[in-house]
Amino acid sequence: MSQEFPIIGKIPLAEWIDTGLDWLTDRFALVTRAISRFVGEGVDLAVGLLTYPPPWVVILALAALAWLLAGRRVAIGSAAGLALLWNLQLWGATMETLTLVLFATTVAVAIGLPIGILGGLSGRAHRVMTPMLDFMQTMPAFVYLIPAVPFFGLGPVSAMFATVIFSMPPAIRLTTLGIRQVPAELVEAADAFGATRSQKLFKVQLPLAVPTIMAGINQTIMLALSMVVIAAMIGAGGLGGEVWRAIQRLQSGNGFEAGIAIVILAMILDRITQKIGQRRQT
Amino acid sequence: MRRIKVRNLTKIFGEYPDQGLKMLRKGLSGEEIHERTGMTVGLDDVSFDVDEGEILVIMGLSGSGKSTLIRCVNRLIESTAGIVEVDGEDILQFSAEKLFELRRRKFGMVFQNFALLPNRTILDNVGFGLEIRGVAEEVRVAEARKALELVGLKGWEEAYPRQLSGGMQQRVGLARALAVDPDILLMDEAFSALDPLIRRDMQDELLDLQSRMHKTILFVTHDLDEALKLGDRIVLMKSGAVVQIGTPEEILSHPASRYVQRFVEDVDKSQVLTAGSVMGKIRAVAFETDGPRTALHKMREESFYSVFVTSRDFRVKGVVWADDCDAAIKRGDKNLAYILDTDFHKVREDAPLAELIARLAGSRIPLAVVDEKEKLLGTVVKSNVLSALAETQQGDVLPEHPGHGGEESTDGAGAADGAEATDTGGKRQKG
Repeated sequence: MSQEFPIIGKIPLAEWIDTGLDWLTDRFALVTRAISRFVGEGVDLAVGLLTYPPPWVVILALAALAWLLAGRRVAIGSAAGLALLWNLQLWGATMETLTLVLFATTVAVAIGLPIGILGGLSGRAHRVMTPMLDFMQTMPAFVYLIPAVPFFGLGPVSAMFATVIFSMPPAIRLTTLGIRQVPAELVEAADAFGATRSQKLFKVQLPLAVPTIMAGINQTIMLALSMVVIAAMIGAGGLGGEVWRAIQRLQSGNGFEAGIAIVILAMILDRITQKIGQRRQT
Repeated sequence: MRRIKVRNLTKIFGEYPDQGLKMLRKGLSGEEIHERTGMTVGLDDVSFDVDEGEILVIMGLSGSGKSTLIRCVNRLIESTAGIVEVDGEDILQFSAEKLFELRRRKFGMVFQNFALLPNRTILDNVGFGLEIRGVAEEVRVAEARKALELVGLKGWEEAYPRQLSGGMQQRVGLARALAVDPDILLMDEAFSALDPLIRRDMQDELLDLQSRMHKTILFVTHDLDEALKLGDRIVLMKSGAVVQIGTPEEILSHPASRYVQRFVEDVDKSQVLTAGSVMGKIRAVAFETDGPRTALHKMREESFYSVFVTSRDFRVKGVVWADDCDAAIKRGDKNLAYILDTDFHKVREDAPLAELIARLAGSRIPLAVVDEKEKLLGTVVKSNVLSALAETQQGDVLPEHPGHGGEESTDGAGAADGAEATDTGGKRQKG
């Protein structure tokens, strides 16, 4: 029945990975658990800050921010959408999800941007990175959840860890692309005027890559948002938790409510980050 | 004074340039090396100097290595072998730091496709070089404004490059290079992307700026007309090697090879030949202290009907005619003062042919070609001009000595010129 591979039998790939992860867990679990507690407290604090004031205060503040970054239309839309979420009694879950997404995105961009710059400047780094990024993006997102738990324990930090890994590739890829797209003649002009490497990077390459980098950050946010639902399976809570609970109880209505909330949050974040990218272009 | 010295500069593109260099030194051609190794010879043993205050044009077709050459001068491309000296310093030995400093202090570069930063205002683009140099913002802005005014773009400071036409964008490119007040301007096909009318304006403007600023300019172009117009000297390149170096006139009159000749045949010579190159030699002049008899004698010697009158140091004063001399002799005049005809045109040696034609039209007196001290150097009559033009039209081998052009004037030129049989000066054909 089982189609045994001749002579050597099955390669114990799963065992190797387990052994490797066990070894890493033994060494680093203390550290990662400490990080987990620290980050977990940070997340709790941020969620606490967002849910402490009455929701309308936060809605106004977020609308004002949207106005500043993306203009009036986005601001009005954001306020209306958030008000609906408040009305649906999903306010707490929404703020939890928003916090998770923003934390995860910040970390993903903080790590992804320098790596992306490296890939943009060095052809060799680019060649090494490409298959790794392909791996990160095509590996089913659920798989990241499994090793996250032994390192960070059940809860939002494990979810964030998996989210960061899953959502980082576009930030890296589009930063690399943005820098490689800068016309060679502009880089040459900078050289001709005696620019050093860092002057070239900060005065020519990065500024011209900003629109592309912003598109990458936008993608990262969207991926992070799609991941929080999956992350709810290991106790991330938030809107993902609401969806997960609805799935387990087969409550279509509740499921759709939470799903719509995620869509609204996605639209707000998308419009704001897109507008930032476009504004820089002009 | 010599600003740039280039000796035996060679560039081989490919994986093993040293191997290519050896093959090149053994006498293999660039084509053979490319066939055998896949490497390309970009520059092949190029040597030339650029002097203070001159416009040196590097001219050649695409693939001739001219763009590689200009980039080797500020090391945007590293050469494989040879010497590049700027103000006596061997820049190929410079450390990265010194190289940055050299590019910041000595060079300004202008690019074919302008290479302006689209996300910066015009003012910030012009100030770019100063920003790289670390100049304080107030100074930078002031210098950038000055440079913009110099190229005639005052009022566009806050615009963005895409709001400007191609010609205006290249003015910005020029202003950016001038803002750092470089000793040496490197211009890589700077006007080639512009349409012809605007290109001509920019050329005129560059010459005008140059007459005020006296920069040392290395100008790359594929357009011979542009090279002849701008260049004090021209370096003609083919397949990475120098074919000929010379002034525009030397290139036109003595093309070093068929390759140069083929270029030259396309040129509109009336724009390029000058009074100096077409004028006839002076065979006789009368001095102002001469009497009418002496003047008449000098004319008869050469079968002329008139002769230029000069001072003892050959400053031109006017013309006397044979029949006036006869009358003066009958009147008993002692000198030529009464019959001196001062209604003639003087032109300088570098006056273009087009100007000569305009001056000659409707005039029966030859043009006097004079130097800056008004000394008579030669004369130009219509036949000189026509025969010079005829030579280009026929694509003949050009005359050995451009100054004698008129002596071989063809029948056609002579006939067209028949009315001029009374002409003075130069080399009138006898009879």
